[in-house]
Amino acid sequence: MPGFLPPFFPEGEHYGLLAEYDSPGALFHACEKVRDAGYKRWDAHSPFPVHGIEGAMGLGRSRLPYVTLVFGLSGAIGGMILQLWANGIAYPMVISGKPFFNWQPYVPITFECGILLAALSTVFGMFAFNKLPMLFHPLFGVDRFAKVTDDGFFISVEAWDPKFDAAATERLLASTGATRVELVKRREGSAS
Amino acid sequence: MSQAATATIDPAQNSGRALGRLTTVGAVLGLVGIGAAVAFSGGTKQFYFSWLVAYLYFLSIALGALFFVLVHTVTRAAWGVTLRRILENVMATLPVFALLFVPIWLGRHELYPWTHPEEVAHNVLLKGKAPFLNEGFWFIRAVFYFTAWSALATYFSTQSQKQDETGDERISARLRGAAPIGIVLFALTSTFATIDWMMSLEAEWYSTMIGVYFFSGAVVAILSFTILLVQFAHSQGALRGVVTVEHMHDVAKLLFGFTVFWAYIAFSQYFLIWYANIPEETIYYMKRQVGSWQSAGMLLAAGHFLIPFFFLMPRAVKRHSALLVLIAIWQLLMHFLDLHWCVMPNLHPEGVRFGATDLAAFVGVGGVFLAAIGWVSSRRALVPLRDPRLPESLSFENV
Repeated sequence: MPGFLPPFFPEGEHYGLLAEYDSPGALFHACEKVRDAGYKRWDAHSPFPVHGIEGAMGLGRSRLPYVTLVFGLSGAIGGMILQLWANGIAYPMVISGKPFFNWQPYVPITFECGILLAALSTVFGMFAFNKLPMLFHPLFGVDRFAKVTDDGFFISVEAWDPKFDAAATERLLASTGATRVELVKRREGSAS
Repeated sequence: MSQAATATIDPAQNSGRALGRLTTVGAVLGLVGIGAAVAFSGGTKQFYFSWLVAYLYFLSIALGALFFVLVHTVTRAAWGVTLRRILENVMATLPVFALLFVPIWLGRHELYPWTHPEEVAHNVLLKGKAPFLNEGFWFIRAVFYFTAWSALATYFSTQSQKQDETGDERISARLRGAAPIGIVLFALTSTFATIDWMMSLEAEWYSTMIGVYFFSGAVVAILSFTILLVQFAHSQGALRGVVTVEHMHDVAKLLFGFTVFWAYIAFSQYFLIWYANIPEETIYYMKRQVGSWQSAGMLLAAGHFLIPFFFLMPRAVKRHSALLVLIAIWQLLMHFLDLHWCVMPNLHPEGVRFGATDLAAFVGVGGVFLAAIGWVSSRRALVPLRDPRLPESLSFENV
């Protein structure tokens, strides 16, 4: 389904450069070189997690835990207030002789509301930070990129990276031990 | 990728003698503390109650260590291999607790109302519980607990030490086979020991959660204690580069988890009793809502749960050794308050009366405990030198 939930990329003829490597080790060291060259808008692709690659790529810590904390606390506080209001003010009922205002029976639901919002915000926050769902990507237009689910290791550098220069970046990627470097068209594959 | 781990570590630099100083310090503290406790109030109710709190406190740390080693073995964990010997050393002190139990046996009539026949005769609840709660069976059970704990601790500790010498990988497999039996034994004995020694102080009261309540506090205590022991070993020049920030990060995560677990268990026990509102059960919390015991309970909720919960949440704190030491000391203090709050309202129903005898008994039992750890440690390496998963543990990193 072309055009459905496409990524929001700046206009331009090219998406960027794609470099292929033959081993996770080569990918790892290539990442260090791209990181040291000062690129910001690029990514590494591998069929399996490569231990320590976030360090080689120079990635910082995720901001996701803060989303979880804020939503978790809001859930807990909201859950407690909801119960106090509903059972204490809006519709007070005598249940086994307990007072209308008491915190004890509300703790389990307060806890559950906290967990619920923390969990949902973590999942959907992760989606948002990863720009998901994204059903189409220019890299899918490159036939060799299908190897990324099997035995291919790739680095993609996006064309709108401030340091991007088709010729210079290609030279850099070739010097990192890439077996193959190619320019990826902006709309390639989108019509298929 | 992480740099290649060195498969061997320097045994001279990681000798258990680094903890050897604990032997003399502990022995002095033990003698002074026990001497002072006896001098202050030997033979009185106060002495036996103070002793019981101190005894349960250090016993919980040793039992926590046994639990950690058993779970570590049964889950075939690699991350904590470099930490395991320290916990084995703490666990190996369990036979000493049979000796430290003598004052509790001597003071049973001061501590436990169900040991008075005239009391039982006119109390229908105690009469009903007499087949279980009688001095003979109580004593036999205590002997069984100490036998089980000593056997488990000695077996796992000596086998691990044997592997240092022979490097036999079958020892790991054999221990893994024995650990599930050990876990079942541990669960039963620690639960019933709590019932026998702590819950039966109020013989009319009962809670099916008291065993796991004691256990949850015990795990918080051993994790905190481990942080302090590792810090002490580092200060003596041992375990540097062996137990790293990565291992402590995981210990801190477990401490965070078990802090929440303690709160979960503590609240569940309170909540069910509050909801059911049966006089036999509520008596426990009624006693603890009197005077300063109420404030102590509030302090427990805040100090044993809320403060460490938020304090330990950031990753940076879990990887900061000084902050970890701070929260470890804090949690060990809170664990003492917890046990004090569980036991002491039976002696001082009017309010918190923490006195010199409490302090002396704490120092005394703690001194003996530290001396035993130092003595066990100084006889062997501070790391399982030839454990098959040691290289994996040395290169362990949090993702």
